[in-house]
Amino acid sequence: MTSMSMSMTADGHVAPHAVAEAAPAAPAVAQTPEPAPAEPAGRRGEVMRGFMLRVVAAAAGIGGLLAVWLAVSTHVPELPGPGVTWQAALELFADPFYNNGPNDMGIGWNVLYSLKRVGIDFGLAAAVGIPLGFIIGRFRFFNIAAEPVVSLLRPVSPLAWLPIGLLVFKDADMAAMWVIFICSIWPMIINTAAGVRAVPQDYMNVARVLALSEWKVVTKILFPAVLPHILTGVRLAVGTAWLVIVAAEMLTGGIGIGFWVWDEWNNLKVEHIIIAIFLIGVVGLALEYALLWIARRASHGATIN
Amino acid sequence: MNAPIVKIEQAGMAFDTNKGRFVALRDIDLNIHKGEFVSLIGHSGCGKSTLLNLIAGLNLPTAGVCLCNGREIAGPGPERAVVFQNHSLLPWMTCFENVYLAVERVFAAKESRSELRARTRAALEMVHMDHAMNKYPHEISGGMKQRVGIARAFSMEPQVLLMDEPFGALDALTRASLQDELMGVMAKTGATVVMVTHDVDEAVLLSDRVVMMTNGPAATIGEILEVRLDKPRDRLKLAHDSRFAAYRAAILEFLYQKQMKKAA
Repeated sequence: MTSMSMSMTADGHVAPHAVAEAAPAAPAVAQTPEPAPAEPAGRRGEVMRGFMLRVVAAAAGIGGLLAVWLAVSTHVPELPGPGVTWQAALELFADPFYNNGPNDMGIGWNVLYSLKRVGIDFGLAAAVGIPLGFIIGRFRFFNIAAEPVVSLLRPVSPLAWLPIGLLVFKDADMAAMWVIFICSIWPMIINTAAGVRAVPQDYMNVARVLALSEWKVVTKILFPAVLPHILTGVRLAVGTAWLVIVAAEMLTGGIGIGFWVWDEWNNLKVEHIIIAIFLIGVVGLALEYALLWIARRASHGATIN
Repeated sequence: MNAPIVKIEQAGMAFDTNKGRFVALRDIDLNIHKGEFVSLIGHSGCGKSTLLNLIAGLNLPTAGVCLCNGREIAGPGPERAVVFQNHSLLPWMTCFENVYLAVERVFAAKESRSELRARTRAALEMVHMDHAMNKYPHEISGGMKQRVGIARAFSMEPQVLLMDEPFGALDALTRASLQDELMGVMAKTGATVVMVTHDVDEAVLLSDRVVMMTNGPAATIGEILEVRLDKPRDRLKLAHDSRFAAYRAAILEFLYQKQMKKAA
């Protein structure tokens, strides 16, 4: 009778979500429609006020950030202020995709390279992490076996794995990929396993009564039931990967937004670093929203029910 | 008399809890014959659902044996279909797909795809849900979901159909129409049914025998009432039938005098 809830704790765990099924639901008898709201004008006014509040509050937040930045930049002459940065941004984004050889490419190319890295690694992590999560969630033995390993390795900063990557792959680019892979695999494993464990007993009873084959159980019951959890894992994994890629690229070099930041630091173009910070934020936000949108589409009425 | 389909001998069920061993059921003896409709009734916590789960194979007895067709029940299986109280339709499948999943499991080995589809349609038509075949469970009402749940169970042509308070979550009017529906399906298929209920009228209306359970813990069968009313039964006519009233009174007497719940 619990309604769907999927709350996330700070460390990326997902609280088990229960799907409402036992609720007396809507009775089959026709219901009389609710009377229309008596004062639509008043309602509309309320909605408008709510909207205005959001706009004003959001503007105040951004304004506050700009004000702090302005104040700090006037006291620290080395830090470019919003005006200077804006001018630099206009220049930078006038031609984001120029290419003067591997050491001098437009900021657009750098972002795309980073996204490509995250995309490939994230795909690899999903290909390994999701099946592992299923196995760990489904079978007690593997659950117990995996627990100490996951608990031990998950809190480690992914960058600590960089030397191992360099040693094994003998290649900076591969080492960066390895780091992203490591950091995105944990949320996938943990959320998938938690999702498998949270599949309502009712659905598993259906599987038991029908005596479905393990393959059918996985494809017809577990996978659809766990999909919302998997997508949460995906969202966390992509978020973490996007956080880590900047640091990894700073250390390994090559092409990518993280390396670009480091390069601009060496060129002492601080306004470019600030632009990169905003750009990284915007891309991260866009990724988050895109994945939320997908998750909402995949959460068939089950979760609202 | 032929051998019973379900035979329960001295079955008991105990659960190990962190407060020690909890005996839910003891000394259950019950035979269920082909074509019979048996209700299990009792106060909440009397283990009637536990008994149903033993027949379903969802739980295994810790004492005695449960047999189906002379073989020990070692786990769940499609020959003992279950209608769950909360319908348990899979929300990512349409009504048709939910029933098809069951049909496919039971008949795919010997029938073609079109035959399987025809079976699925027939099952949904039987409960008058063919109009909503392509709807998802969250798009239909609670009563309609339960109809689909019943269609799914019947579509497997089980030897015994187990129903765990199938209409418990529905309002009175919907419940009555589903009871009528169920009686119609029973008349057509001659199915064997075991149903858990807490509704005295429902038990008398539908059953050939009403199994009355004593209060838990360590519940067992108190009395068994045979309902000798002709079928098909009509709820309106029975409302004025003195035999119906007498059966009803017998159950009420058992529940509220002999098994009065100690003040909770």
